Parts: sequence; structure tokens; C-alpha cells
Amino acid sequence: MADIAAKLEQETGGLSKTRIVQILIGVAVLLILARPVLPDFLVRLPEAWIPPLADWLDAIFGFLIDDLKLTVLTRWFAEGPLDFMLGLTANLLEGKHRWPFIGPLPWSCVAAVAAVIGYYLGGWRLGLLGGGTFVWTALVGQWTIAMQTLSVLAVAAPLAFTIGLLMGIAAWKWDWFDRAVKPFLAILQTIPFFTYLLPAVIFFKVGPTAGAIATTIYAIPPMVLMTALGLKKVSPEIVEAGKMSGSTRWQMLTKVYLPSARTEILVGVNQVIMLCLAMVVLTAFIGMPGLGGKLLAMMNSFKLGRSFEIGVTIVLVAVMLDRFSKAWVVKLPEHFERGTSWFVQHKYLVAAIVGFLGFLLISQFIEILYEVGRRQSLSMGKEMDGLIKGFLAIDFVQWITGWIRYVLNVWVLIPFRNALLYIPTPAFIMLVVAFAYWLGGKRPAIFAAIFFSIVALSGWWDRSVITLYSVISAVVLSMFIGIPLGIAASRSEKWSTRILLLCDTAQTFPSFIYLLPAIMLFGVSDVTVVLSIVIFTTVPLTRYTIEGLRTVPPEMTEAADMSGATKRQKLLSVQLPLALPTMAVGFNQAIMFAFFMVIIAAFIGTQDLGQELQRTLAGTDLGKNFVLGMNVALMALTFDLTIMSWAQRRKEALGLG
Amino acid sequence: MKTKILMTASALALATATASYAADSSDPIVIPIHNWSSQIVMSNVVGQILEANGNNVEYVTTDSQAVYESIRLGDVTMELEVWEGAFGASFRAALEKGGIVDVGDHDAVTREDWWYPMWTKEACPGLPDWKALNDCASVFATAETGDKGRYLDGPVDWLKHGKERVEALDMDFVVINAGSAAALWAEIGAAEADKKPVVVFNWTPNFAEAVWPGEFVEFPAWEDGCDKDPAVGPNPDALYDCGNPATGYLKKAAWDGMAEKWPSAYAVLEKVSFTNPQIAEMAKKVDVDELEPDEAAEIWLDENEDVWKGWISSGS
Repeated sequence: MADIAAKLEQETGGLSKTRIVQILIGVAVLLILARPVLPDFLVRLPEAWIPPLADWLDAIFGFLIDDLKLTVLTRWFAEGPLDFMLGLTANLLEGKHRWPFIGPLPWSCVAAVAAVIGYYLGGWRLGLLGGGTFVWTALVGQWTIAMQTLSVLAVAAPLAFTIGLLMGIAAWKWDWFDRAVKPFLAILQTIPFFTYLLPAVIFFKVGPTAGAIATTIYAIPPMVLMTALGLKKVSPEIVEAGKMSGSTRWQMLTKVYLPSARTEILVGVNQVIMLCLAMVVLTAFIGMPGLGGKLLAMMNSFKLGRSFEIGVTIVLVAVMLDRFSKAWVVKLPEHFERGTSWFVQHKYLVAAIVGFLGFLLISQFIEILYEVGRRQSLSMGKEMDGLIKGFLAIDFVQWITGWIRYVLNVWVLIPFRNALLYIPTPAFIMLVVAFAYWLGGKRPAIFAAIFFSIVALSGWWDRSVITLYSVISAVVLSMFIGIPLGIAASRSEKWSTRILLLCDTAQTFPSFIYLLPAIMLFGVSDVTVVLSIVIFTTVPLTRYTIEGLRTVPPEMTEAADMSGATKRQKLLSVQLPLALPTMAVGFNQAIMFAFFMVIIAAFIGTQDLGQELQRTLAGTDLGKNFVLGMNVALMALTFDLTIMSWAQRRKEALGLG
Repeated sequence: MKTKILMTASALALATATASYAADSSDPIVIPIHNWSSQIVMSNVVGQILEANGNNVEYVTTDSQAVYESIRLGDVTMELEVWEGAFGASFRAALEKGGIVDVGDHDAVTREDWWYPMWTKEACPGLPDWKALNDCASVFATAETGDKGRYLDGPVDWLKHGKERVEALDMDFVVINAGSAAALWAEIGAAEADKKPVVVFNWTPNFAEAVWPGEFVEFPAWEDGCDKDPAVGPNPDALYDCGNPATGYLKKAAWDGMAEKWPSAYAVLEKVSFTNPQIAEMAKKVDVDELEPDEAAEIWLDENEDVWKGWISSGS
């Protein structure tokens, strides 16, 4: 890679990198200064030059749906096998009227089994977490809706796992598949979720089926990547051993490769579960029943307390599944002495069955163990509403928020937005290219040029710039919070764990719930939009700062200590530079999160791509929907490529591998 | 000979048609649920009426705009609250494409317009007149709007033309679009704490009436053509120079295959009609009394048997 870059540098006729960056910025500045006298087509692309991308896409979709009758196939899948599986889980968990007409299972049975699984995986702590999560869910009166959600996830997650695993194996086996599928996955990971909600409805029928499909698609990419990564890392000695014992190709795959890649595959499983849970609320827009739908209904009737409780349930379920799957990653298969009885070998399975049957039996007589009614539940919704409203009424709080709103809006955000919108389109593209070239090098610069030109050609330039403005403002702001917080926390083990737990919670807590208190504090304005993104973007910045600082090789810090560096010197000239590549990963993730959240912020009230996307949900504008989604993805990918390429080179330079 | 076969065939077809009228398909009727209470409870009420009628009913949560496309495709069987203002456009677009039918109006009327909570009147006593509102525009000013007042309009996709009206009537207001209904409530909720005057977009029937008493601003009354002909309304050169219609429709819609597949249920749906107080009562059971929607529907049905019993008996 490095020598290719060197070669390219020679080919450009000795123009150094700095010189090119200077020229790009120089021309851009000239264009900006000359804007008042520039011809119109240099300020913004004239409408007439914009190709009707949306119409072309609509034609393609029309061909797929009307001529190829693709919907017949997808509809068959949705109404046949998929509906059958969803009906099965829905019957067992929430008692929907479908085959096999057994459910619903009493909540106490489910809680008992979860507790046993938790105990098996990670001792009494996880046992408590598993059982406790379900006890909480039942006691606050959310059992049915939580089971509706889980019944869809119980289909979507294994589906995503299977497809991801197969694609991962294919990507590892065939290089061409790997190359073909990589860009696809990159786009899938950056495209806003609103973009595939609509196709999901048209191809797979509104309701749990569309919800399951959208969730599955969203969760596939990390599974593919982790599987391929794990299989590539299998050491040649193990492969040799497998070959020597005369394994067939199938045996090689199932008995040698897959078990050796177990850790990576399980990390993939963990990712799949987390992404599935992230979609719980968003898929409610296309008919996914359960927690998400209830949350939206609660928010629309302004019940803060009860939507908060639903958020807590989602976090608990997420943390539980996360810790379970992580414990599964590190848990090694157990081996027993020959002759150990079956019951001892399977003691946890037996315990789970006993617990299940026991509670099934008891719950027949004690009704509250079967179902907690609305009147018996311990929901504190109303009380919490009172607390939140009381807090907001405090004069001091109002004074502070009013001041923040005034300063940020009037002096920082609105001028910044107007400045970005003032820049002529070509100058803007040049600035982005200069940035990509300076930080990432040639390849990211070329992609930046192509990607942003496409955005300009799509005809949604101003909205794209406003989207970018929210993203940049939020990421910069969260750097001031996240990095100092990370540095402070990294000093002690105890604080690191505490802050990391806080990060986990903030990340899984449904972002929709932040929106209402944020509006109540700052009104419908740019401050609210940016601050609600900040909550999300601060998480990866903090997390990776902690991780980066704590993984600085101890030799380095010791060397600094020995040469008599002060704490400050050590931090600034040893620890931070070494942690920077890791922190860059966090920075990159922060930008990706910001692009995700800025679309959700459309529910506060924005004038960006998110707002238009939200509008397309109403109709059938598949083409427009895709163009908008593509713009978001292209901008996100530009940053992704640039920062990751910088981090990679930096790591190599520092010898951190 | 040939005519005879034809006749038997048509007789048979007739027979099956009557048979299917007597017995609806046992496939579930899919009723969509959206994210506001009155619609959820009403859907449960009608769902339970249909169950009493012997039908199999299922509910599905959907977006309130996207639902019309789902009805056209037959994925969803009916929609019980088609608001003239909010969903008229989506509904008409779906009607043009085909696959959906208009099943008549509720007795209830709907109104959507600029609205303020009661405490606002203290700061601006001349309300609800729009001229008085304009005179105290500065009361509604915020950090970003300078001297002008701030009006929080509904989401852009609701097409409420707030900006056009401000221009047409030359008002000192800046129009900001909220992103969702929830954002509107959050603004009112925040203003409630210290009784700050606000003017926002709102509608009736709606749960908000029960939580925050308030009034609509009285603009120049709606006249037909106000949105198409500049000459109509006080400003001869502008569109949207009057208030929204004070009596908008609230319709029911259904998939066009419903009448054939579930004739008896369709006959019930044709008769279903609720009034404003009935709808408000349904919403209140969930929003104020904190009942679950299905319980609320059960109780409402118990209390109002005389309203709905007739819809079934004459249907079958």
C-alpha cells in the first residue's frame, strides 16, 4: 500500500501532497470569496442538469415488481415459511392464535429458564440478570408486548446468523465473492434504516414479516465480516492436523474450520443480537408489534414515564443478551470423565427443565405467576411524569437551558449552518477532497470526489449540507465531552468499568426516548437536534479513548516515567499519540452514529435529508427514498474511508499492528 | 342445451354468492393500529364488535400514512380514522391507484388549526381572534426568532401551509415545523411548567384536550377555494388567507376485496359511526384513566351497548 502511494506521488509529477492540498483549498477559498460574482451554475447545479435518478430507480423497481413479478416470490416467502415461523414463536411466547395453539407460556417459566441459562454461562450474577430481567418485565406490566418483540427477534436473529454465516463462508472460500460483497456490506451499514423499511413493506407485507426482514437485513453485515475474519485466522497447523486425519471437505469445514473460528463467530452472534435490538423501535413504523409500537404510542400521548419504563426493559433485555453471548464466547466446552452419568453431564439442562415444568405447574394454581394484570403491575409511569415535569419547572434549570439555547443557536450553530450553505458546491467538494487527501491519502480523496459529486448530482445538495452540518456540529461538541471524560476515567480500573457500563446503557437505550425531554429542555430547534446526536456520539469517543489509553504498552509509560516526565507530559507526548489510532476508530464510529441519529432527529424537526426520508415513508416513492438514502450513505462512507485509512497507516507507523 | 348449462352455472354462482354472504371467510380481518389513542381504542372497539359478529380479527401496528398502500395491497383490511386534513392526500392518492374504497363518514367532525393552551390567554387577552394574536406576537418570541413570534407547525409532510398563511395575512410570526406529534406535545408540556404562552398546531378530537384545555385561533372563516383561488379570502392576492375548515370529515376506508370476502363484516363496517364525544371518551379511557386499549374498548362496549348492538343484528 505504502509503495503504491509513493509511486502515485511520483506520477503526479513531483507535486507534493501538501502542495495539492494547498491548491485545492486555495481554489475553494477563491470560489467562496468570488461567490457574489460567480455564475449561478458554479454556486449550485442548475435543476436542468440534474439527472432524474429517482425516476430511473422507480422504473427499475417497477420492472422488478410488475414485469419480473418478484413480489410473488417474496410474498410467498413472507406468507408461507416466514409467517409460519413467526406464528410458532408468537404462539408460544404471547399466545397468538396460530399453530401449535399451546401458548402463552407463563412468565415465571421463561424467567426460570433464563436464570438457569445465566447461571450456566456466568454464575449467579448472570443468573440474577437473566431471571431479574424477565421478572421486571412481568411486574411493570409489559410482558405481552415484550414477548411480541422477542417472538420476532427469535426468528430474525437466527435468520441473520444463518445467512451471515453462509455468506461469510462463501466470502472466505471465493475471493471474487468477498470482493463483490464488501462494498455491498459497507453500503448496508451506512444507509439509513428508513431506506429499507419501505421496500420491506412492499415486498414482505406490513406487519411482523416486514419487521423481521428489515431486522434481518440490518443485522447481517457484521456476521459476514466476523465469520470471514475468523476463518481466515485459523492457523495452518490446525488445518494440517485436519488434513492428516483424512477429513473430507465437509468435515474440514464443520469439524476444523468453524470450531477454530468459534470466538469470532460468537462475537458476530453478539453483534447480530445487538443490532436486532437496535431495530426494535424503528421497525415499529412498518408493523413490528411489541415494545417499539407501544413506545411510539406512549410518546404520542406524552407519557414520558411509561415510555421510559419501556426503554429500561429494552436496555435490560439488551444487556442480558449481550452479557449472555459474551459469556458464551469465553466459555470453553466442558469435558467429563468417561462414565459420568448423563444427569451430571447435563445438570443445567435438567435444572432448566425442572424449573420450567415446576413453574408451569405452580402457575396453574397461582395466577399471578402466570400473568400479571394491568391493575397488579408496579408501573410508576404517572409518578415519573410528575418528577420530570417538576424538574423542568425549576427556575435554575430553565435559566441554564435558556442560556445554552441562546448561545449555541444564535452564536454558534445557525451562523455555522449559514456559512456551510453559503459555500458554492464545487468549493465544498474541493474542501472535502482536500480533507480526505490530507488525512487519508489518495484513495479516500478519489472516493470523496466521486461520492460528493454524486450527492451534488442527486439534486438534494442543500439538505445534504444541512445533514452534514448537524453531524459535524455534534461530533465536534461530543469531542469536548467524550475525550476528557475518557481520559479521566482511564486513570483507574474502577472508573473505567463504571463509565463503560454507562456507555453500554446509553447506547442501547432507545434514542426516541431522549427526544422528548430534549425538546422540553431546548424546544424544537437546532440545539435539540445537535444535543440529541451528541448523546449518541459521545459514547464511542469515550469508550475508545478509555480503550486506547489503557492498552498503551506499559514499557512506553515506564520509559516516560524513567525519563522523568510529568503526568501532563506523559499524557500529551506518550499516551495520547499512542492511543490516537484506537481513538480514531472511536471517532469514526461517532461519525457513523451521528449519521444514524441525525435521521431519527427528523422527529424533532429538521430541514435535512432525514425529514425528506421520513416523508417518503408515507407514500410509495421508492426511487426518491433510495436516492436520499444513498446520499447519506455516500457522505458517511467518505468519512469512513478517510479516517480508517489514516488509522491504519498510523498504526503501522507506530508498530501497533 | 348450451343455454341450460349456462343457466345452471349462473344459478350455482348465485347460490355460492348467497352462501358466502351468510358466512364470512375465516381468514383474519387485519385492522391497523397507529400511534394515537383514539384510533387504537376505536380499532379495538370495532375489532371486538366484529368478533361478536363471528369474525376472526388481528391487529397490526403500522405507520398512519403508509397504511393506505397496505390497504390497496390487501395486507390490511380497513382503516377507521381517515382524517380529512392529515390523511386526505394519501387517501385520495390511493383511491386513484385503486384497490381501496370509501366506506362513508363518521358523525364526528375534525378540525385542525393554530391552537393555544388556556394559560396563553393571560398573556394575550384578545384571543382567540387572530388579529389580537398578531398584536401580541412578541409574547411568543424566542431566542432564535428575535422580535417575531414563534408558531410551531405540524410536520412538513402534513402540509399545513403555516408559512403561506403567515405571509398571506402579513403576520409577525416565524413558522417552525415540528418533526412529529410527540414534538408538539413536548413543547406544550415544557411551556406548562411556568405557563409560558405558546401557539402550536393541534387538532380535535384529540387526547390533548383532556390534558391541556385550550382553544383554536379564529382566523378568517374557511371558504371553498381558499387554497386554490387567490381572490377568495381577505387578501385578494394570496392563497391560504383563511383558517382551515372547522368541520373536516372523518372517514372509514377498506380494501376493495373486503365486501366480497367478508360481506357481513363489511355490512357492519358500513354502519359504524362515532361522534366526537364518543371518540373523546375512548381516548380518555387510555390517556387519562391509564387503561390498556383492549380493556378500554371492552368497557366502552359495555357502557354503550345501545350504540353498537344495532349494527350487528340488522347486518346478518
